[in-house]
Amino acid sequence: MKELKILAVIATLVGITYYGIEPYAHHVMHPEVKEADFVFADLKNVDTKLAGNVENGKTLVEANCLACHAIEKAGHPAMMPNADAAASYGVVPPDLSHAGRIYDKNYLANFIFDPVSAMHLSHKYPVGGAKTFPMPSYNWMTGQEIMDVVAYLQSIAPKVADNAEGHKVTFESACGRCHSMKYGQLEATTSVDTIKTYMGATPPDLSQYIKSRGEHYLHGFINDPQVLLAGTSMPRVGLNEKAQEEVIAYMEETGDRKKAEREETGLYVMMYTFVFAMLAYLWKRKIWSEVH
Amino acid sequence: MKDESRRGFIGKAFGAVAAVGGVASLLAMKKTWDPLPSVMSAGFTTVDVSALEANKLDIVVWRGKPIFILKYTDDMKPTDGRSVKVGDHYYSVMIGLCTHLGCIPAYRADQKDFKCACHGGEFTSAGINKFGPPPRPLDLPPFKIDGTTLVLGEEGPEYKAMMAKAGGA
Amino acid sequence: MAEFKPAGSMYEWFDQRLGIDKFLKVMMTEYWIPKNINFLWAMGVLLTVMFTILLISGIFLLMYYKPDMNMAFDSVNYTIMQEVGYGWLFRHIHAVGASVVFLIIYIHMFTGIYYGSYKKGRELIWISGMLLFVLFSAEGFSGYMLPWGQMSYWAAYVITEIFGGIPVIGGDLVVWIRGNFYVSDSTLTRFFMLHVLLIPLAILGAIVVHFYALRFPHVNNEEGEFFDFDKEADKYLAGDKKGSKVVPFWPVFLSKDFFVLGFFLLFFFYLVFFHYDFAMDPVNFDKADNLKTPAHIYPEWYFLWSYEVLRGFFFDIAGISGKSLGLMAFAFANAIFLVLPWLDRSPMVKPANQRPYFKYWFWFLMVDLMVLTVYGKLPPTGANAWVGFASSITFLTLFIALPFITKAEAKKVGGK
Repeated sequence: MKELKILAVIATLVGITYYGIEPYAHHVMHPEVKEADFVFADLKNVDTKLAGNVENGKTLVEANCLACHAIEKAGHPAMMPNADAAASYGVVPPDLSHAGRIYDKNYLANFIFDPVSAMHLSHKYPVGGAKTFPMPSYNWMTGQEIMDVVAYLQSIAPKVADNAEGHKVTFESACGRCHSMKYGQLEATTSVDTIKTYMGATPPDLSQYIKSRGEHYLHGFINDPQVLLAGTSMPRVGLNEKAQEEVIAYMEETGDRKKAEREETGLYVMMYTFVFAMLAYLWKRKIWSEVH
Repeated sequence: MKDESRRGFIGKAFGAVAAVGGVASLLAMKKTWDPLPSVMSAGFTTVDVSALEANKLDIVVWRGKPIFILKYTDDMKPTDGRSVKVGDHYYSVMIGLCTHLGCIPAYRADQKDFKCACHGGEFTSAGINKFGPPPRPLDLPPFKIDGTTLVLGEEGPEYKAMMAKAGGA
Repeated sequence: MAEFKPAGSMYEWFDQRLGIDKFLKVMMTEYWIPKNINFLWAMGVLLTVMFTILLISGIFLLMYYKPDMNMAFDSVNYTIMQEVGYGWLFRHIHAVGASVVFLIIYIHMFTGIYYGSYKKGRELIWISGMLLFVLFSAEGFSGYMLPWGQMSYWAAYVITEIFGGIPVIGGDLVVWIRGNFYVSDSTLTRFFMLHVLLIPLAILGAIVVHFYALRFPHVNNEEGEFFDFDKEADKYLAGDKKGSKVVPFWPVFLSKDFFVLGFFLLFFFYLVFFHYDFAMDPVNFDKADNLKTPAHIYPEWYFLWSYEVLRGFFFDIAGISGKSLGLMAFAFANAIFLVLPWLDRSPMVKPANQRPYFKYWFWFLMVDLMVLTVYGKLPPTGANAWVGFASSITFLTLFIALPFITKAEAKKVGGK
């Protein structure tokens, strides 16, 4: 019993110290953040209840978007190579093939209406400021027209498989124009020098972000970067919940690919060690019975 | 060490469990020594042989070794069990290391043979040793024919047939 | 050899040449340990096992690690963690083991202080132990730099910067240690050498000295009792195992150690597989960047108490800069444990709770070290800075007061 008392004292001292330097200290250093908002409730310029007309949307997209955007899946290849496009716009304009699938409907509609406010980048592109965002506002379109465009984009977006390959496609569409993923052999489609000028800083390689930031932080950060890192030039990209989960899944599949093996091995090693410890205890009792 | 108590059932069981743990750790260590997956997947080399020029030796690197690929001219006769037919043409596909002591022989296009500078060994265009110290013909790498390309490192039916012939001879 | 007889068996053949029988007796079956002990006496064997685990896992990491500032980060986080078969396991074991080994060292060390196992003939056990503590600290610090993440880099930067506070030579010394004006490739490669060769060699040597220093004064026991080991050993060998105050190292003492080890390993592997963030800081998964300091930097937990003593002095006192004061206090904190046997002026060898004054000193020290550790991690702003200052002063005061406290205690108990 005396030994258990000693153990209890040590466990208490270690426990208090642990609490102080881990949960408590990290709580002080990293205050809790609000939950991700996948409704994008702050965006109210477009009435997203309107039902979109795919046919009309197709006409509108072909008349207004194709000058800059490729839509490979609908048979509209890029107008120029990535390097030229990046040189002209500052960043490679996104291919819209997956836009209808990965972006939240409300976000996408309001983005078309006014990109800068949707992205929460007014500090970088103030009204009347020297820098302007490459994509103009389509606030002259009616709400119905914008919803037609959204409906068309949703109709052409291909489905992707729920596996590493599919997650990779989502990651490339959502993040791949600015961010590289060295451990997944993915290089940002906009070259490093160009993107640095455009963003003001080199967007980081995301290979180990699943480890350095953790899933919880990534969910909050991708949903609205300004909340966690005020002033960052990373835009709010407006991914819907599913696409965001796919992006993070891909980050885990490239940045922590031994996770499943680790957890499985861990279980076996723990079970083995338990047997080891029990037998060690029985053996110790047997040996000590002779001397006590 | 001759303490009887150690030999009890519990002691033996404990010792056995500890030994199992030791062996498991050794297996993990063995796996750590294995070549990396990236090394293993780099163990295949694909070569398109259709564009090669006849009677001009092409050397590609497969698993760090030089592989001789020689396209035959029309007047060169294929050697049974050594020449490979890809498309309409015959080729020699061989590991370019002299079977004597591992030097890399040079191809003499005018004489259509290989000569090893180290100890003077000579091989025919099909890699058969014809002079000097080399004890056997040049070794053949495993390959698979895929249209007009060769996949080095994979064992295709043609390679297996050649090996069966060589083994029977 | 005076007389040589042909060997009757292989065992005998070796025994004639190596004296196996005699060796095993001296080292194992007739190496006597007091019977009156608790599980805290198993910490030495736990540390030996942990050191072995660190050595083996380190060897396997060494096979793929590249001590080059451009390659180090990826060789650890990609090659070892994601490519090598069980590479992640060896890294997790190594990183978590390096942290947990300090937990055991501290328990071992404070067990020694609590039971008074550092005096009356046991001074060299204590000193060699503290030497091991210093060497393990150096080993931990140099190893922490190797993954070349942001924490690696900035911890290395700040700690090497400390030497700059030494008068006259400080500035040059920092450059000399780093091999450059800042922490760079040369720093990484030389710390790699220290981590994998020089310090481990020194540790092995110090372990031998530490073990050897135990042989003559013998291991202490739970009551601090002194008795005749030879007489008790004879009693044991004569068959009075229950009556003897000693047990042999093998199998009796070790059987208890293995039992403690088993449950310790259960705890250890839980940390290795499922709860490793405390030892593998997320910030360190960002590659080192000499132009960007992370928002919060802090050393590994086992350095926090002395780190807090260093930064506890955040203002000037009597014309001496806060930085110099901190540095002096830091030097004092790291050296003072070494002379503990001479600070304790009481001849009593008893568990602290049986010593009238020392027990207060001991628990006061424990609480102070815990406060220092926790506040060493918290950002040093506002009230935190003052808590840090007060606990640093308390630490210094405790050690300055120890000779007087123990002297008074000696007087009270009257030379017992």
